[in-house]
Amino acid sequence: MRRLPILGDVSRVADDGLEGLEHNFVTARIEDLVKWSRARSCWPATFGLACCAIEMMATGAAHYDLARYGMEVFRASPRQADLMIVAGRVSQKMAPILRQIYDQMMEPKWVISMGVCASSGGMFNNYAIVQGVDQVVPVDVYAPGCPPGPETLMHAILTLHESIRTGELTRRREANDGGAAIHVEAPPPDDTTEQPVQLGSR
Amino acid sequence: MSTGAPEGTVTDLGSAERVHRRDGSAVLRVSEAEAFELAGDPDNPDDERMILNMGPSHPSTHGVLRLMLEMEGETVLRTKPVIGYLHTGMEKTGENLSYLQGPTNVTRMDYAAPLFSELAFSLATEKLLGIEVPPRATWIRMLMCELNRVASHLLFQATNGMDLGAVSMMIYGWREREEVLRFFEKVTGLRMNHNYIRPGGVAADLPDGWQDDVRRLLDLIPPRLDEYDTLLTGQPIFRERLQGVGVMTPAEALALSATGPILRSTGYAWDLRRDEPYLAYDQVDFDVLVGTYGDSFDRFAIRLNETRESLRIVEQILDQMPSGDYRTQDKKVTPPPRARIDDSMEALIHHFKIFTEGFHVPEGEVYVAVESPRGELGCYLVSDGGPNPYRMHIRGPSFVNLQTLPHLMEGGLIADAVAVISSVDPIMGEVDR
Amino acid sequence: MTTVPETSSFGQRVLYPLPDQLFATVSDLRDEGFLTAVDVTAVDYLVHPGRTDLPADVSPERFEVVVSLHAHQNHERVRLRVQVPVDDPVVPSLFDLFPGTEAMEREVFDLFGIMFDGHPDMTRILLPEEWEGHPLRKDVDTGRIPVQFREAPVQR
Repeated sequence: MRRLPILGDVSRVADDGLEGLEHNFVTARIEDLVKWSRARSCWPATFGLACCAIEMMATGAAHYDLARYGMEVFRASPRQADLMIVAGRVSQKMAPILRQIYDQMMEPKWVISMGVCASSGGMFNNYAIVQGVDQVVPVDVYAPGCPPGPETLMHAILTLHESIRTGELTRRREANDGGAAIHVEAPPPDDTTEQPVQLGSR
Repeated sequence: MSTGAPEGTVTDLGSAERVHRRDGSAVLRVSEAEAFELAGDPDNPDDERMILNMGPSHPSTHGVLRLMLEMEGETVLRTKPVIGYLHTGMEKTGENLSYLQGPTNVTRMDYAAPLFSELAFSLATEKLLGIEVPPRATWIRMLMCELNRVASHLLFQATNGMDLGAVSMMIYGWREREEVLRFFEKVTGLRMNHNYIRPGGVAADLPDGWQDDVRRLLDLIPPRLDEYDTLLTGQPIFRERLQGVGVMTPAEALALSATGPILRSTGYAWDLRRDEPYLAYDQVDFDVLVGTYGDSFDRFAIRLNETRESLRIVEQILDQMPSGDYRTQDKKVTPPPRARIDDSMEALIHHFKIFTEGFHVPEGEVYVAVESPRGELGCYLVSDGGPNPYRMHIRGPSFVNLQTLPHLMEGGLIADAVAVISSVDPIMGEVDR
Repeated sequence: MTTVPETSSFGQRVLYPLPDQLFATVSDLRDEGFLTAVDVTAVDYLVHPGRTDLPADVSPERFEVVVSLHAHQNHERVRLRVQVPVDDPVVPSLFDLFPGTEAMEREVFDLFGIMFDGHPDMTRILLPEEWEGHPLRKDVDTGRIPVQFREAPVQR
């Protein structure tokens, strides 16, 4: 009787022949396997900027363990990362660097915009903050909160994983040409675009 | 470790001149274009000078800090810290928010220790208003601030360990921080960026059973701190990497306006809680930790032991917490309790005015400073009699402490550069505001 | 020792030197024991209704550079408020006395446009190098983008 430590008694596997295929093997389509493994081992790139970075680190720590989703490896090099979690407010000076890091990542890549500052500018609607990182990179999942607690971030991550696993994101990606080709059109010249300076206005 | 009175004989500022001369050799002051030209001669094999760019997206630079290091081989000669990658325009935003909304803005500056920024802002506002907060509010503020100091120093130990390679410290450091944050969530409703300390007092009273929660923290954290002590302090590699790295003298630190653990690590005992007491720090007993060599190991040890001192203060607060109101009763400043709005028209009007327009603060200007985990956190507030601050400036300790980086890194190896940044413990939200 | 007008604000000494007197005043204070420059910042009084806390012999200008010093031995703080006119926004730099003012003065230049004479590196520190304008001045707008919601009848 041949015993393998985990599988138990395997001495009859060879004897089953083709009938053994039913209960000894798992079959699936390659695409499903690829999507399944992409979802289960999505390595984030370190892009923690501000307060949300602290909550991201807390999510990766022992209590709200990200390792159970295969994501505890925060890669410093964007070439080795699949997922960019933009955690924090993106200032005007930082925006080109954000785009540069995004461009360095290899396809397939995804972006989670963590926190309200990354999603929409948050409470900082002023000259210094980019009002939403989707002005700079295409975003797949938005996680609201200021900062979003670890549970919110995990919900965002699981939503992303689900979309990856079902192939929805890949379908969407092919439909709009990867999303990385952002078309910017200059706004039409208009007299009303000149805003009068309003001092003391909220 | 020793406590001592501030040095009485630092009248010789010859070292300030020395720092000035050192500035010529430690701080790299070139623009990007010039930096390209400065690289060493490629045809000369002996000239190994180059300018290396570290950051802003870098795993070890504690946020979005960019360093341009002029190096000869592995030795760092001059450094230029480039900041501004997290500039949020908070001081401009603060001019458009009322004084009640102000803490939501300033709390996001130093996001590892948000309650201190709120405290500085609230103290400045209260000084301009000329109101007194009730004793219970003062003691609650002290309790929350000291617990926040514990959380911030645990964060430091976690990131410090990770930067030096003790990656398990990263996981351990967050263990107790989660417990403290759980208490904060119970009291303030949020894990971070609490907006709890507001002008007039605090936002809400401590919940029932808070003594048990604090008692639990006091029982839980000190043995764990001893674990970290055992794990790190005696560890030869840890000591090798930190001892003698990033040395600073007291005169240099004073000349560079460094405060907090950096100044204390040089042997200069200055702590605003003891020397210019605010809140009720003159009624509790605690020691001020002072280093001997001014190196990174001293800074690590100071922060570790400051955590223990903070817990000692928390224990005393637990015993001495007075009863009473948690915010001032001045109706013009404090919103009325929600239940009273149903009964009283006046309460409704006050509530409306405070939350839409905001209360008016008399004209004046004031500077108030508190001792945050990083140093002296000050708030300079100018009021024009209106509901919004006319000018709100936060003196961020990390912004000023970052100027010590070139001097600490000069002559060291690039691996030491990581250790030095980690020991300075900058929080970029406070640096860039 | 140059005598400058002096008042008191909430228990702290406040001095009002002219821009030419600033360096000498700070140097004297440093000899007195104020060994740390805590903060250098500025205020733009363009839309202020009128400062009532200035002494009589100080003529108000649009900008004010505020320097805070600290003497640890006597636990004393002093604040210097320097009136800076908008047509000549130059103030002597305190870098030679206090190297720690380097970053603070760069920030004031960046956000207000006030130059510091004698500073080793008068460039922007917080905003990108090619940014135009000085955001914390009162005549510069916050840069708010109007946020419109789909169902909202009026534009905020």
